[in-house]
Amino acid sequence: MTMMDKPFAITLDPGSSLANRTGSWRTYKPIYLDRLPPCNATCPAGENIQGWLFHAESGDYEAAWRSLTENNPLPAIMGRVCYHPCEGACNRQHVDSAVGINSIERFLGDEAIKRNWQFVKPATQSGKRVLVVGAGPSGLSAAYHLARLGHTVEIQEAGPFAGGMMRFGIPKYRLPREVIEAEVQRIVNLGVTITLNTKVSNIEASMQAGKFDAAFLAVGAHIGKRAYIPAGTAAKVVDAISVLRSMEGEEKPMLGRRVVVYGGGNTAIDVARSVKRMGAEPIIVYRRTRDKAPAHDFEIEEALQEGVMVKWLSTIKQAEEGEITIEKMALDDKGFPQPTGEFETLAADSVVLALGQDVDLGLLDGVPGLDVKDGTVQVGPNMMTGHAGIFAGGDMVPSERTVTVGVGHGKKAARHIDAWLKGETYAPPPKHEVAAFEKLNTWYYSEAPHVVRPTLDILRRQSTFEEVVGGLDESNALFEARRCLSCGNCFECDNCYGVCPDNAVIKLGPGKRFSFNYDYCKGCGVCVAECPCGAIKMVPEEN
Amino acid sequence: MSFQPVKFYQTGTFTVGNRLLAPEERSVQASGKRFNSINSGHRACQGCGEALGARYAIDAAMEATQGQLICANATGCLEVFSTPYPETSWQIPWIHSLFGNTAAVATGVAAALKIKQKKNPRAQEIRVIAQGGDGGTTDIGFGCLSGMFERNDDVLYICYDNGGYMNTGVQRSSATPPAARTATTMAVGPEPGNVFGQGKFVPAIAMAHEIPYVATATVADLRDLEAKVRRAMEFRGARYIHILVPCPLGWGTYSSETIKMARLAKETGIFPVFEAEHGEIKSALAIRRQLPVEDYLKPQKRYAHLFGKQPNVAVIAKLQALADRNIRKYKLLEGV
Ligand SMILES: Cc1cc2nc3c(=O)[nH]c(=O)nc-3n(C[C@H](O)[C@H](O)[C@H](O)COP(=O)(O)OP(=O)(O)OC[C@H]3O[C@@H](n4cnc5c(N)ncnc54)[C@H](O)[C@@H]3O)c2cc1C
Ligand SMILES: Cc1ncc(C[n+]2csc(CCOP(=O)(O)OP(=O)(O)O)c2C)c(N)n1
Ligand code: SF4
Ligand code: SF4
Ligand code: SF4
Ligand SMILES: [Mg+2]
Repeated sequence: MTMMDKPFAITLDPGSSLANRTGSWRTYKPIYLDRLPPCNATCPAGENIQGWLFHAESGDYEAAWRSLTENNPLPAIMGRVCYHPCEGACNRQHVDSAVGINSIERFLGDEAIKRNWQFVKPATQSGKRVLVVGAGPSGLSAAYHLARLGHTVEIQEAGPFAGGMMRFGIPKYRLPREVIEAEVQRIVNLGVTITLNTKVSNIEASMQAGKFDAAFLAVGAHIGKRAYIPAGTAAKVVDAISVLRSMEGEEKPMLGRRVVVYGGGNTAIDVARSVKRMGAEPIIVYRRTRDKAPAHDFEIEEALQEGVMVKWLSTIKQAEEGEITIEKMALDDKGFPQPTGEFETLAADSVVLALGQDVDLGLLDGVPGLDVKDGTVQVGPNMMTGHAGIFAGGDMVPSERTVTVGVGHGKKAARHIDAWLKGETYAPPPKHEVAAFEKLNTWYYSEAPHVVRPTLDILRRQSTFEEVVGGLDESNALFEARRCLSCGNCFECDNCYGVCPDNAVIKLGPGKRFSFNYDYCKGCGVCVAECPCGAIKMVPEEN
Repeated sequence: MSFQPVKFYQTGTFTVGNRLLAPEERSVQASGKRFNSINSGHRACQGCGEALGARYAIDAAMEATQGQLICANATGCLEVFSTPYPETSWQIPWIHSLFGNTAAVATGVAAALKIKQKKNPRAQEIRVIAQGGDGGTTDIGFGCLSGMFERNDDVLYICYDNGGYMNTGVQRSSATPPAARTATTMAVGPEPGNVFGQGKFVPAIAMAHEIPYVATATVADLRDLEAKVRRAMEFRGARYIHILVPCPLGWGTYSSETIKMARLAKETGIFPVFEAEHGEIKSALAIRRQLPVEDYLKPQKRYAHLFGKQPNVAVIAKLQALADRNIRKYKLLEGV
């Protein structure tokens, strides 16, 4: 166009401001990142909670379950017995209350059982054989992960059923046996062999006999600790683990009507609640106070609701036929219980000791290189014992003794065993920085109160082994999942794309998130401030 | 748990988009195909609320009119940073006017379009928007604006209120809030900053003209802003939307806090967000988490003189009283 063609007073063509690269103004630039949600950082099984909730939020429960089981093959079990430290770390507690992660996990686990979802078998087999000793959570988890990595896995289990303490410790009213069976069967369907009623008495011999290339030991801690209590010959004193184990068999334990349970841990609570259901009158005797008891407070609360009696600050001095003598204790200024010299007698047909468990290390006799300290087997950061090729995890190694920790050990050990079998070392990917609450902009989340799980009525809780805590249904599981703030991980809310005054955010389409157009981004930081979940940060521009 | 609303979308409609909502339920700004009426490369400051507010509003109007829109623009930052001749960021038919006559220019455009429409009734209809800053609207352009209102000309006028003449170096306008420091209301003397008891709130004056539609909005409530633009386009005649657009330069705030400042203005009651039809209030956007005015004032350097060694409690109390009056008057705690 020549100047003559233009309208009156116009001498130049209109140009676009795109010619003006305002990105050059920037001293700081925004970058997208994934931060580690505190729930994930806390889960002992290393679940990507935010990741599977993301799928659950859109109602794709199968994708959620598949994402969850990348790390943990037992969601229906976990959703019932895990003490959910993740919820204790959940950022939403600073908004209203934590996301009910555990209840959604259970919903997904139950949904998977209902719909018969199965694990995908590995495409190729490595030809390597791994022996897993013990079919508790830790052994099952290791076997599952090893099988998915293509190895041939056999679990040898001393007992008549798989499940370990989940089966022979945790009572039915908290964990129905069909749930264990369904989740174990799915692992068997993946290709894991479980050989029951097979106690490994010498690990090296068993490995040789089965031509195993490596072993993972997860024999748990099953020997009830005894305390010295002066007892008459007619007094009935038994340990909690054998009581709970006998609940599983045909012959129920004969404990009488008045059962004294000695201890303040979860096992004491489980025994007391179990015998209550069999018609007895349990009394827990514990030497310290309720807030000092190792049992979780919600379990103590449930026991009290069901009519379990507790004598806090008391120790057993003497047990005789039909009665025991207890001594009152008082806490000193350091919080330790001290005797007061004040005594009381209680009618008692039996005393059940719930004072913790020791590990039966018989199968390791004579194995060179092992390091046993305080009755537990020492392992390195790769879960390998001092003997090359023998790994261990769960209750038999020093750690917190929970199902979830056991599952986490199994996964970790499987990764290291896999690398070890290939002559490599496994290096876990570097951890992202934690998505602390201050990184979030919670303005954007709608108000949503926590959904509480239903509980069984009290009469049935006192007389039957029916499950106490109910599950969520579809609509409230979805609701609860959507309470998740997606800490540190983009959930495609379009805020950054919308709030940029310079149109410098490029929307890449569903599932693909966003990128920055640094030609025009001026580095104002509005996108960072308005990202609800803390998935963007400002970094200094290099000159 | 049947008391739970089954539909709950994590962020509801607070965020721009939300992958859990059907696409048609998302905001205009969430769309990958939004008009971007004002394009990248404009020369607005980092974090400019006006650039953002203008895109929010005009994109929504473009969407509502299927792109059949002409926009007249008063002098001010919005015009200067977007259109240094011969370059422009506007991707819509856009006409520059003077500082004070935008409403009149838009009236003229609307009149011309009416004639054209008469000549060719099958042509697609074109709507008109006038826009300007608070100086251009509440001060120098006020005569033209009032005329446009009282004649009920078929124009939507949008005022981007950043509380001062920002383009020429932050001078006071009749929309500058009391106590705020500007280049012409310095923080000196017994009553530092802009004086109390002066200035005007043009939305109320617009309502007094009983024009079909009047609304206020902020850049912190995108859904509300878009809904108001959409609603405005459903009416014929004179319409007025007054949008609070924080200015990092003039307010002395971090460029990253532009939306946060607008949110605080609304949540403290300092800036009432409401809509009115034919002179009557129809709705108010309720305060969600009420906050004291200090939370709004403190991050702004234009109020720094209130927070010296001794906070000026008397002046802060007067500003709180203004917020409280808004809350009462527009029923901001309950919402309507
Ligand atoms: C009463 C009670 C309640 C509990 N409640 C909870 C709870 O609610 N939540 C929670 O997280 N944790 C709970 N725990 C702890 C949890 O059960 C254990 O930490 C967990 O089961 C340990 O897993 P594991 O795989 O290491 O061992 P285990 O579960 O003990 O499994 C070990 C398995 O190895 C088998 N085995 C042992 N020796 C041999 C051998 N030589 N050869 C072959 N097989 C062998 C055993 O038969 C057993 O099946 C509870 C524990 C008890 C006792
Ligand atoms: C008649 C006239 N007087 C003065 C000016 C100088 N001028 C240009 S922009 C401006 C201030 C604009 O303030 P406002 O309308 O509030 O818009 P902002 O820049 O704050 O967005 C002034 C005084 C002018 N362009 N025309
Ligand atoms: S809000 Fe979601 S991502 Fe954040 S900690 Fe809680 S469960 Fe994890
Ligand atoms: S909002 Fe836009 S201009 Fe500001 S930092 Fe983010 S991308 Fe850059
Ligand atoms: S603002 Fe929204 S869309 Fe942008 S990064 Fe954050 S979560 Fe993702
Ligand atoms: Mg202005």
